[in-house]
Amino acid sequence: METLNFCFDSAPVLKGASPALCGVVGSGNLEILIKTGIEPAACRVCIKTSARGFGETWQAVLGSFAASHAAGGTVIAINDMGATPAVVTLRLAQALAEYQGGGQ
Amino acid sequence: MSLALAVRKSWFEATARARVAGLLDAGSFHEILPPAVSQPSPHLAQLELPGAFDDGVIAGSGRLAGKPIFAIAQEGQFMGGAVGEIHGAKIVGLLRRAAQEKPAAVLFLIDSGGVRLHEANAGLIAISEIMRAVLDARAAGVPVIALVGGSCGAFGGMGIVAKLCSAILISEEGRLALSGPEVIETVAGVEEFDSKDRALVWRVTGGKHRYLMGDCAMLVEDDIAAFRSGATEFLSGWGEPAPSIAHLRASQQALEKRLAAYATYRDGLQVWAALGVAEPENVPMLDRDSLVAVKEGLPT
Amino acid sequence: MNAPLARQWDSLRQSRGRRLERAASLGFGREIPVDRIIDLLEAVIQPGDRVCLEGNNQKQADFLAESLADCSPERINHLSMVQSVLALPSHVDLFERGLANRLDFSFSGPQGARLAKLVQEQRIEIGAIHTYLELFGRYFMDLTPNVALIAAQAADAAGNLYLGPNTEDTPAIVEATAFKGGIVIAQVNERLDKLPRVDVPADWVDFTVLAPKPNYIEPLFTRDPAQITEVQVLMAMMAIKGIYAEYGVTRLNHGIGFDTAAIELLLPTYAADLGLKGKICTHWALNPHPTLIPAIESGFVESVHCFGSEVGMDAYISARSDVFFTGADGSMRSNRAFSQTAGLYACDMFIGSTLQMDLAGNSSTATLGRITGFGGAPNMGSDPHGRRHASPAWLKAGREAYGANAIRGRKLVVQMVETFREHMAPVFVEELDAWKLQKSMGAELPPIMIYGDDVSHIVTEEGIANLLLCRSPEEREQAIRGVAGFTPVGRARDPRAVENLRDRGIIRRAEDLGIDPRQATRDLLAARSVKDLVRWSGGLYAPPSRFRNW
Repeated sequence: METLNFCFDSAPVLKGASPALCGVVGSGNLEILIKTGIEPAACRVCIKTSARGFGETWQAVLGSFAASHAAGGTVIAINDMGATPAVVTLRLAQALAEYQGGGQ
Repeated sequence: MSLALAVRKSWFEATARARVAGLLDAGSFHEILPPAVSQPSPHLAQLELPGAFDDGVIAGSGRLAGKPIFAIAQEGQFMGGAVGEIHGAKIVGLLRRAAQEKPAAVLFLIDSGGVRLHEANAGLIAISEIMRAVLDARAAGVPVIALVGGSCGAFGGMGIVAKLCSAILISEEGRLALSGPEVIETVAGVEEFDSKDRALVWRVTGGKHRYLMGDCAMLVEDDIAAFRSGATEFLSGWGEPAPSIAHLRASQQALEKRLAAYATYRDGLQVWAALGVAEPENVPMLDRDSLVAVKEGLPT
Repeated sequence: MNAPLARQWDSLRQSRGRRLERAASLGFGREIPVDRIIDLLEAVIQPGDRVCLEGNNQKQADFLAESLADCSPERINHLSMVQSVLALPSHVDLFERGLANRLDFSFSGPQGARLAKLVQEQRIEIGAIHTYLELFGRYFMDLTPNVALIAAQAADAAGNLYLGPNTEDTPAIVEATAFKGGIVIAQVNERLDKLPRVDVPADWVDFTVLAPKPNYIEPLFTRDPAQITEVQVLMAMMAIKGIYAEYGVTRLNHGIGFDTAAIELLLPTYAADLGLKGKICTHWALNPHPTLIPAIESGFVESVHCFGSEVGMDAYISARSDVFFTGADGSMRSNRAFSQTAGLYACDMFIGSTLQMDLAGNSSTATLGRITGFGGAPNMGSDPHGRRHASPAWLKAGREAYGANAIRGRKLVVQMVETFREHMAPVFVEELDAWKLQKSMGAELPPIMIYGDDVSHIVTEEGIANLLLCRSPEEREQAIRGVAGFTPVGRARDPRAVENLRDRGIIRRAEDLGIDPRQATRDLLAARSVKDLVRWSGGLYAPPSRFRNW
C-alpha cells in the first residue's frame, strides 16, 4: 500500500453539502469521500492505494480534476484498489456532484 | 420483449448502499457511524491493504412501508463482504440496540463469504458475537430477516448466521451454504465438486434449490423492488415466536430426516426429483413465479 | 538436338492413387475404425507433405491432430503444416516430436508462448503469419495441401458430410485439397443414416472416422454483460453518437471485446433513444454474439452472416432465420471465407480493440515472448482499395480523408481502447513491443495487426480522435496524444495543438458530443447479465455452464 498526499489550487466549490461518498473499494475500483475543508481555494487529497509507484499519475489525474472543476474548500480521501485513471476521473466527477447535493 | 428488463434494478449488481436506499422508504435511512466518522480496519492497514471507510458494512435505522426497522447491509465488493473486527462490531452493536429499542424488525442484507481471514481470531470472534446477538434480538421478540441475493451469497460463518435468523428471503442468484464451492474443491478434489461448473454450484447452493428445500421462506426476483415488496409482505404476516425447546427438537428431527433421504445425492437435480418435481431438469430455466408454483404443488 | 524430356502431367493424381492403394492394402474402406486411425495416417501421409489441420476459433479437428502427433516420426516427418489456428497442445507437439518442421498459419492464441520458444530454438520454420483470407488464398496458389484433416458434425454411409452451424473454414480447405489431387480425412461426431443437409459431397472426401468424443468448441464470443464497466458504457455512448450516427453506419463488423459488447447492448436503449433504429447497424458480418440478441429482438438488425457459430446460440439462430443464414434443415450455415470477404469489401466499418498503439496509429496485440498472429482483424480492419460501390458512410469518410473531390470513399476503421489496461499498462506507447518481437524472432516484418494509415478513428474514455481529418503526421500524433489520457504518451501532448484540434472537431470530448460522463451507468445496458440475454431470447439461448449464476 502507498499513501499519497496532494494539495491543488482550485476555484472555490459552488455549494458544499454534507460529506459525500462515491464508489466501493473493490478490484479496479475506489471509494472517494469528500468533506468540507478550511481553505476555500485549495483541494486537499489523501490517497491510500494498493498499487505502488503511481504517484505521478495520481498527481496528473487529480491536478486535471482540480483545474477543470471548482473543487476548492474540499478535503478528499480516497481508498483505491487499482482503479484506472478513467475510473478515477469518473468517480471524482460523481463524488463532487454528490457533494454539491445534486447526485446525477 | 420490452425494455422492462432495462428498468429493473438488479439487487445482485447493486452496492450495499444502493440496496438499502431502494429497500427502505425513500429517504428514511439514518446511518449509524457513516463513512465520514467511521474507521477503516487497523488490521488491513498493518497488512498494507487499503481499507474501506465503513469497513464494508452499513448499519442504521429507517422505515419499511412505514414501520420502523433497523437495517444492516454488507458490501460484497469489498473483500468479499468478509467479517472483520470493526465490521462485526457495527453489526453486533445494531443487533443489541434492536433488542433494547425493539424496532419492527432487523433486515440483514447478507453478502459475505464469512470470516475475514486477514483478521483471524478477531474476525472469528466477531462472527460468534453476531450469532449470539441475532439470537438475543429474536429472544427479545425482534424478527431478524436475512435478505440474500448478492454476488458473495451467504457462506461460511455468515451462512450459519443466515440460518439463525427468523427467516431468509432469497433470489435465484443468491447462494446459501457453509463451505464455499472453491473450498470444497480445494479440500476434497474436483471429482467431489467442480467449482467452475457454475450451473452445478447454483443447483446445489443457489436460491431456487434453497427455496425448494424449505431453507428459505421466500423466493424473490433479482430486483430491489421485489426484495422490498417481499420483505414488506413477509413482515406483515410474521410474529416472532418465543424460543422453544420443542421447536428446536422438531427442526433437528427434520434435518436428520433430510440427511437420511438425500445424503448420497450429488446434484440438486436428484434432490428435486426425490422431492417430487416432475421435470427437475427444467428448474434452472423456470422464472420465479413458475418455480413458486412448482414448490406449492409439491407433495408435503 | 534432343527432344525435351517427356513430362508426366498427372503426378498428383498418381500419387493420390498410390496413397489410396496403400490404404486399401491395409484393409481400409472409407470408414476408418477409431483404433486404426494412426495406421491410416501413416499410410496416406508421406514425409515432406503439406498437411492442413483444420481448426479455428470454434471447432477443432482435435482427434485427428492428436492422432497425427502420435504417429511415428520415423514414418512421417518434415511435414509442412498449413492451418488457420495453432490452438491445441497437439498442434505444437507435432513440431516438438519431429513430425513437422514448417508452419504457415494465421493465429496462435494459447500456444503463443510455446511457439515463440520453438522459433527461438530454431526447431520450427515459420513460412509466414497470414490473415485468414491470405491463407485461404494461398491454399489455391502455392500452399495447396496434400492431405487435409478436417472436422464435421456427421457423415452418412456414402461419406457425405454435414458440418452443422460451425462450417467455418471447411469449404475452403476441402475445395483446395480435393480438387488438386489431395486426400481429405474427416473426423465426425456422429454417423447418421440421413444427414440434415449435405455440406460436403462424398466424392470430395476420402475417409471418415468417428471421433471418440465430439470435437472441441470454445465459447470464444460470449461476453458476460455483468463484466462491462461504466467506462466501457461511456466509450460506447461516444462511439454511437460520434461515429455510428454521424456516418450512418449500417454495414459493419465488431471485434470481440467488452467495448464492442457494450455498444451492442446500448443499441436497444441509448441508440434507440437517439432515434437511430433502422439508421445504423442493420447488416453485420459477425459471429453470433449473444450480446447482439437484445438488438436483434428490438428490430435493429436485419441480417447477420457468420464466420462460425457460438456455443448455446444454435436454437436461437434457427428460430431467427430471417436474420441469420440457415439451411433448409433450419440450422445455421457459417463460412469464414465468405464472411471475411464481406468484412473486407461489404462493410463500411470495423471497430475493435487492441493492446498497444503507437503515435502513428499502428496497433498490435503482440507481446514479448508470445507469437499470436492476426486472425481476421487485418482483413476487416483495413481500407480495401479494390472497393468500387458507394454508400453514404463510405463516401463521407472518403471526403473527410481526401477532400470534396475525392474519387473514392474510405472505410471506417475504429480502434476503441481504455487508455490503461489492467495493472495500469498503458495502451498508448512510443514504440510497440512488436518491434522488439520482430528482432527476437528474426522475422521480416513487425507483427502489426492494424496499420496506422488504415485507422480512421480512435475512441478512448477521453474522447474521439478523427484521423481522417488530420493533414500531417504531426497532426496525427497530437490527435492520438490528445485522446491518450494520462498515459506518458498522453501527458507529453502539446496542449495548444490539442486544443486547436478540438476546435476543428478532430478531437471531440464527451461534452463536445453532449454526453455527461455521469450518465454513463450500467443501467443503460439492455442486458446486465447472461440471464438477461436468455430472457431477451425467450429462453432460446442456452449459455454454457461457466457463464451461469442460476
